[in-house]
Amino acid sequence: MTAEAGPPATPVVPSTVAFRAILGKDLRAELRTLQSLPAMALFAVTTFVIFRFGLDRTSLSGDLAAGVLWATLLFAAILGINRLFVAEREEGGFDAIRLAPIDRTALFAAKAAALLAYLVVLELVVVPVFAIFFLDSAAALAPLALVLLLADLGLAATGTLISSMAVNSRARDLLAPLVLLPLAVPLSIAATGAIEPLLALGGPGYHRFGTWLAVLGLYDLVFLLVGYAVFDFLLED
Amino acid sequence: MYGKGLRPLSIATVAALVVSLSLVFFYAPLDADQGFIQKIFYLHVPLAITALIGFVIGGVFAILHLRSGDSRWDAYSYVSIHMSVIFGVAVLITGSIWAKASWGHWWVWDEPTLVSFLIVFLMYATYYPFRYAIEDRERQARYASVFAITTGAFVPLNFIAVRMAQSLVHPRVFATTNGGLPGSMMLTFLVSLLAMGLLWVTLVKFELTAKSASGQIKRLRRALDAPPSGSTPRVAPEVS
Amino acid sequence: MNAIELRGLRREYGERAALRDVGLRLEAGESLAVLGPNGAGKTTLLRVLATLLRPSGGEARVLGARLPDEAWKVRGRIGFLSHEPLLYRDLNGRENLRFHARLHGIERGAIEERISFLLAAVGMERRADDRVAELSAGMRQRLAICRCVLHEPELLLLDEPDSHLDAPGRELARELLGPGEGRTRVVVTHDPERFLPEADKVLRLAVDGSAELTEAALR
Repeated sequence: MTAEAGPPATPVVPSTVAFRAILGKDLRAELRTLQSLPAMALFAVTTFVIFRFGLDRTSLSGDLAAGVLWATLLFAAILGINRLFVAEREEGGFDAIRLAPIDRTALFAAKAAALLAYLVVLELVVVPVFAIFFLDSAAALAPLALVLLLADLGLAATGTLISSMAVNSRARDLLAPLVLLPLAVPLSIAATGAIEPLLALGGPGYHRFGTWLAVLGLYDLVFLLVGYAVFDFLLED
Repeated sequence: MYGKGLRPLSIATVAALVVSLSLVFFYAPLDADQGFIQKIFYLHVPLAITALIGFVIGGVFAILHLRSGDSRWDAYSYVSIHMSVIFGVAVLITGSIWAKASWGHWWVWDEPTLVSFLIVFLMYATYYPFRYAIEDRERQARYASVFAITTGAFVPLNFIAVRMAQSLVHPRVFATTNGGLPGSMMLTFLVSLLAMGLLWVTLVKFELTAKSASGQIKRLRRALDAPPSGSTPRVAPEVS
Repeated sequence: MNAIELRGLRREYGERAALRDVGLRLEAGESLAVLGPNGAGKTTLLRVLATLLRPSGGEARVLGARLPDEAWKVRGRIGFLSHEPLLYRDLNGRENLRFHARLHGIERGAIEERISFLLAAVGMERRADDRVAELSAGMRQRLAICRCVLHEPELLLLDEPDSHLDAPGRELARELLGPGEGRTRVVVTHDPERFLPEADKVLRLAVDGSAELTEAALR
């Protein structure tokens, strides 16, 4: 058993076409069924309520705010990550894609892009709710969006990678959270590190903001590269 | 085939361990701050370094497995990670003992190396449930290799992030110990590191030999059409 | 040129040999019927030919390309009809076919026309805009047939193509999947009466993984 000798540098069907086709298919299916997004959003908002009572706080700032926001988003993301490859698994979609004359990393890119889209939409809904529930001012929302975008990119890369393996396993819904949470620790450290001063009581601060963004960027880069390099092997049989 | 060299290796390991322990107890000076308990540092840090290198080696074997498709690399990768996780338990236990003796708490969040190691350990501990959840033998090996590569990339990122998360109020504990280790301590440390490294290699080789032997027995049994010894699905990789 | 050449093909699942020492030579344009009891490895063979599974040993050449190393050369030239229709449940027939068309590099301008033609050919024009989840098994099979021939493949690999189809459906299938167009075909079937007359060669697989190839008795 040896690895395939490698497709030609330009596959019969260009990767951009394959990417757009798969991404379009996913977004269309999600828009039609709305099976992931509403659940993720509801989960997040309810979790905020649980935190309100669990911490016995009606307003949050600084480290508590960063922690509650990020932890909630992360757990909500896992709901979406679990669903990412379900259609491929159950409806023979993996076969369909593997039969096509495309570079299979287009599947990785398209799924990661779809997951990124879901996370961004989730945050567009949930972050304002968080601000209304717990924050005093909306001054920090713009830099917050930047931090979350970079963090989402890292989650998209690792989430897609782990999800594509978990979907083929026995303990499907259990495996992705199990493996993904420790993997997301550096991402979480950097994200909350950047967010904490942004949500400080006196107004947004930028203590080590650039450094944390750099760590996020590094994380994104590393795992996008790893995903790109290994994904082909995941689809072999 | 795997057993070749196991005996001289074991002897070398035992010798190194004996020398290292002698140095620790009879040669290395007593630490001014922490006293006798500081000597656990000679066990804790070499174990940690060895475990971490072991994880990286597991990742390298995983890359070789994916590129060649030879399942032997997968077995090496599995055993490397396996052994490093076991060493990892020892790291956390010795770290905890040291923390209790030095600061009175069984765990401290202030020591970034210890915290990073905890996270790495938790990460690799998921290797087993992950691996065993995949039924198809070949796919299991491939996915395990992807896991080992991903987590290999994760280790340095994790150390960077945790180190950065330390507030500047609590300086690294090891700075006081490491910064300017006197020669005698450094020698003891290096010998201990060598001993731990040898121990790791010996145990890995030992486990691979044991797996190979049991694999051969299974194959002989099958060839003789003997009734199967049990029908539980084998999950750990076989060594040919 | 031989469309398919197999020599000593082996495919193992762990300890079990699903295929063992399968030999076959099929020329371009010929039809092969694959027969055998359940569990004989017929589907496995088809999946190996489709490049979905890699051979464990032996030699395999499909459309001139060596498997598994050169598998990428033949993707897109094979039409595969399996037990699963390979359709996304939440999209409708047309959207599914469009997806497959784009993945196989059919030009944008030509896609709609081709899809409409095929949908009409299987009698699915009226239901083409219903979600696949709402369709019966027979209708899904008709869509699957469209998907299979959408990109005008040189080689058809058909796993029980008549399953779920009613009599008119089977007629339509025969037209679209039949030997008429000079295509090479491998048909796995439990219905020798129906498919043997079309076959040039017959491959019988046994449960132990072995295979026996014969020329068809009648043309």
